[in-house]
Amino acid sequence: MTATTDKPHLTREHSLDLLARMIRIRRFEDKSAELYTQEKIRGFLHLYDGEEAVAVGVIPVLGESDRIVATYREHGHALARGVPMGEVLAEMYGKQEGCCLGRGGSMHLFDSARNFYGGNAIVGGGLPLAVGLGLADRMRRENHVTACFFGEGAVAEGEFHESLNLAALWSLPVLFVCENNLYAMGTALALTESETDIQRKAACYRIAAEAVDGMDVVAVEAAARRAVRAVRETGKPYFLECRTYRLRAHSMFDAQLYRDNAEVESWRRREPILRFSEWLKANHMVHAEEIARIENAVADEIEQAVAFAEAGTWEPVETMTRYVCAEKQHE
Amino acid sequence: MNEMRDAATQTSERANAVETTYREAVREAIRDALRRDDRVFLMGEDVGRYGGCYAVSKGLLAEFGPERIRDTPLSESGFTGAGIGAAMAGMRPIVELMTVNFSLLALDQILNSAATIRHMSGNQFGVPLVIRMATGAGRQLAAQHSHSLEGWYAHIPGIKVLAPATVEDARGMLWTALQDPDPVLIFENVMLYNMTGGLAAAAGPVEIDKAAVRRMGDDITLITYGGSLWKTLAAAEALQGDAINAEVIDLRSLRPLDNDTILASVRKTRRALIVDEGWRSGSLAAEVCARIVEGAFFELDAPIGRVCSEEVPIPYARHLEEAAIPQTSKIVAAVKAIFGKAR
Repeated sequence: MTATTDKPHLTREHSLDLLARMIRIRRFEDKSAELYTQEKIRGFLHLYDGEEAVAVGVIPVLGESDRIVATYREHGHALARGVPMGEVLAEMYGKQEGCCLGRGGSMHLFDSARNFYGGNAIVGGGLPLAVGLGLADRMRRENHVTACFFGEGAVAEGEFHESLNLAALWSLPVLFVCENNLYAMGTALALTESETDIQRKAACYRIAAEAVDGMDVVAVEAAARRAVRAVRETGKPYFLECRTYRLRAHSMFDAQLYRDNAEVESWRRREPILRFSEWLKANHMVHAEEIARIENAVADEIEQAVAFAEAGTWEPVETMTRYVCAEKQHE
Repeated sequence: MNEMRDAATQTSERANAVETTYREAVREAIRDALRRDDRVFLMGEDVGRYGGCYAVSKGLLAEFGPERIRDTPLSESGFTGAGIGAAMAGMRPIVELMTVNFSLLALDQILNSAATIRHMSGNQFGVPLVIRMATGAGRQLAAQHSHSLEGWYAHIPGIKVLAPATVEDARGMLWTALQDPDPVLIFENVMLYNMTGGLAAAAGPVEIDKAAVRRMGDDITLITYGGSLWKTLAAAEALQGDAINAEVIDLRSLRPLDNDTILASVRKTRRALIVDEGWRSGSLAAEVCARIVEGAFFELDAPIGRVCSEEVPIPYARHLEEAAIPQTSKIVAAVKAIFGKAR
């Protein structure tokens, strides 16, 4: 694992926590894929398999009053932020016990109590929102950080450039986290960008930027600590490019014609859970039975989440138009 | 809202009214909002040092400083989205988009974010944002600065759409819109900025839910909004000479539409004509027409008429531009046709 000056204090307890958080997301999504084939979950389902080290490395570093803007591939971010697993799964079922009453589904998980601003399924659309959240904090002299997650596909959108410019121009406390998994759906980065070194684009806007191995949870956490500290101390934006890989298809409809198995297999050997657990074992920081304990606890939580979602109810059609506008006008 | 004055009070105050332009009325509304609520700020292209493309915000930078009168880069989507984010975090931004044509660059944020977030998040987040923009033709600005797309926006659930046509509404709608927990779009017709009208010294917020009957009449209901109101009122005066006494309704709010006021008038007059600077096909005029048919079909004595813009990109040449949009003469002719008078 990476050694850096901002290295998290890797106690056994902390290491197990990181490992458990990643396993929790992975197993939840394995179950989600299964439930999708059973048609319990419909619509689009975008899995985070292989990218867990990014959300787990960044989100726990944030404070409670910090803000998060995520994408449509956000189950991992919601879970890492503490949105209850049952509410996440119920949302994916479309049940009214879901975190958004079943109106949003997999791509639109929101949680106001945890400052989780969704779940945005327009590529690049979350970046201006993050700029606005940061602007509000700047204008009120509040010391919050807004972490904005997006894929490398968003880099091609005008909103990416507009947002980076505004954040730098106005000195806004936004941490841009690019989850570079090398493919915008099925189109490789090299086919869409003239400059594939993404973090260099941030430098054009005079934003401090770095790239980190996004398959290494310790390296991501170390970078996130540096980044969050820098944003909080300077009030300025920071850009973190996490180089990662999506091991599963883009969505459940994707036949993956655009990449070969050998490429996927080579990345699978580097995937963050396997890599971290092997490293911990080699350094005698974790025992097999501890991993088994984590797996069992996660399996129990998933079982309860499935039961919660299954027991959930459908919103009556009569209330469908509630909350198009606020019920209490002129507050 | 207890701060809003009723029509009777407004009328009594007209005695000590001062002549004000529509532009000054909008400026005073912004100034008042900035003074009353420190969460309010104005953000847009050239709103600060330049004083606003239509000089609406002239002088506000000196009074409120660059934090609250915030010049932006030409990044409509970026700063509109920033307004949405700031509103979600508790601010009360006023975003100015220079013209409705430019607002299309921010349409993703307006439709996919501002209008959806409350419902999509199960009422966890709201977007108390006001977006102002200029709309309409008449200044020979051709096909990329002159369209009237407010009817498009009125198609979208989750936002409110206002069209102030009078100096009182220009002065009064903004504060009420800022109190709304959801996004409100305000369309200011470019031909109204120089218009003058009497504004009570104590003029303040107005309600934004109701259409207004601007002229009483018994023979036909003319339904319009924004810049076309004054042409429609002129047409109503002209029709008096033909013994046609027209009632004129100013919609004021294009979403939601005030069905009750529209239908009550049409049930009385039994005839209706809609004047809308938008294109005819799929227009707001079509929506109003449909609602009348749904709600008062058997009370109609004649087919409903429409005067809309011709279906062309608004041309530059003055005579073509004038011919492309509703004019008093066209409205008069259309009303006469409804009465079977091809004079």
